[in-house]
Amino acid sequence: MRIEVDIRKTLRSNGRDFTLDVKLACEDDLGVVFGPSGAGKSLMLRAIAGLEKPDQGRIVVSGKVVFDSAAGIDVPASKRAVGYLFQAYALFPHLTVEENIGFGVRRWWLHKLPVDAARRVEDLMELFELRGLGKSYPWQLSGGQRQRAALARALIRKPDVLLLDEPFAALDPMLRERMRRELVKTRVLFKVPMLVITHDPEDLAVLADTLVVMEQGRIAKSVDLKTAPYRDAEGRVSRRSIRQLLAADEESEPAPRPVIRAVK
Amino acid sequence: MVPLLLTLKVAGWATLLATLCGIAIAFAVVRLRFPGKEVLDAMMTLPMVMPPTVLGYYLLVLVGRRGVIGEWLHDKLGITLVFTWQGAVIAAAVVSFPLVYKAARAAFEGVEQQYEQAARVLGQSEFEVFLRVTLPLAWRGILAGTMLAFARAMGEFGATLMIAGSIPGRTQTLSIAVYEAVQAGKDDIANFLVIVTSIVCISILLASGRLLRPRYAA
Repeated sequence: MRIEVDIRKTLRSNGRDFTLDVKLACEDDLGVVFGPSGAGKSLMLRAIAGLEKPDQGRIVVSGKVVFDSAAGIDVPASKRAVGYLFQAYALFPHLTVEENIGFGVRRWWLHKLPVDAARRVEDLMELFELRGLGKSYPWQLSGGQRQRAALARALIRKPDVLLLDEPFAALDPMLRERMRRELVKTRVLFKVPMLVITHDPEDLAVLADTLVVMEQGRIAKSVDLKTAPYRDAEGRVSRRSIRQLLAADEESEPAPRPVIRAVK
Repeated sequence: MVPLLLTLKVAGWATLLATLCGIAIAFAVVRLRFPGKEVLDAMMTLPMVMPPTVLGYYLLVLVGRRGVIGEWLHDKLGITLVFTWQGAVIAAAVVSFPLVYKAARAAFEGVEQQYEQAARVLGQSEFEVFLRVTLPLAWRGILAGTMLAFARAMGEFGATLMIAGSIPGRTQTLSIAVYEAVQAGKDDIANFLVIVTSIVCISILLASGRLLRPRYAA
């Protein structure tokens, strides 16, 4: 997916400073940023989407420079071709499911969607098992349906990359496992690179090709999970090795074979 | 019936004016950062606590024939506001403005920024975000304020009298007509006007109360 981030931002609240200072280049199509809450994961993701302006630095998304403080570039969020799945999904409460999904492809002066866009909305509803819910409002949906609707809404615009902020945090554990598998399928189907942030180690085994561990606004380590010892011969992820990795992380051992690595 | 129609016309225009300005300024105060914001916020609320006659006097100084704005309006555009129904509109708009402003401010503050951000990421310009997300999510609160403003504009007395006077058929609104009727001892006219005003005001309050009830579960 080629995301390059090299940014700094200081937040001040009640006299306490938090500094985000991250530098990473992710070349895999499936990256997970892992870390405790308050590590700055969301802040970094929001900066990539253009919802937060770094104090300085540079952000490149699939070859396009979207932010560069030195060159005075700051592409607005609406022009970044980035999909974003909010933690609580942020489905528009005043719009139906079908209006939500079609939101990003309808111009404000048009009353209805163009025919091809309307068909795409229908296809996506079919695909995400939302058939018959088009006229429902978000509050009438279950957690899983809300997440699928939010995914459909983001994917209809064919984003260059999909950013997911704690996608399973709002779901109950039973549903989580199922939605993880669905997300993997979605990625394959839409061929859309994903960058997921999470604090749930269970997500790593399913979602990560590359893993970035963040702590206190910095990148503690980055690891390639595509090869041994994290994958067996059949390509399955070994949960045990990931657990060991995270345990080792606390003793801050050097990461083996980092693929997401600091840029220059 | 003439005072009622005139009152509805004046209150209608005044409410429209107050609503447009109220939405614009409330949105700016809620979403933008600029110096003097607190002062502006306080200024916008001022008409609510000041005696209407004092407001009327200020307006007279501003838009009267010799006033700063009034002189310019008269010389350049040939517009006179004093002793006209348009003057009554200005008076009623200023007096009822804080009601729209306060309601719009609260309504905009109640819109979660997450929805606006979601719209931005979905390719919407700031104008589209406002039109398609912020305003639809805030309009019920704004409308409730608008209805209160309309009721307030209908009952406007002090500032209107200062600026527009009490010319029967031209600037004599309901509340002024009630005053004049009582002064002249015409109790039957006063009774009729009072009942009409009460009915209109009560219906507006009932309607705005209904609008303020929450709509989205969960």
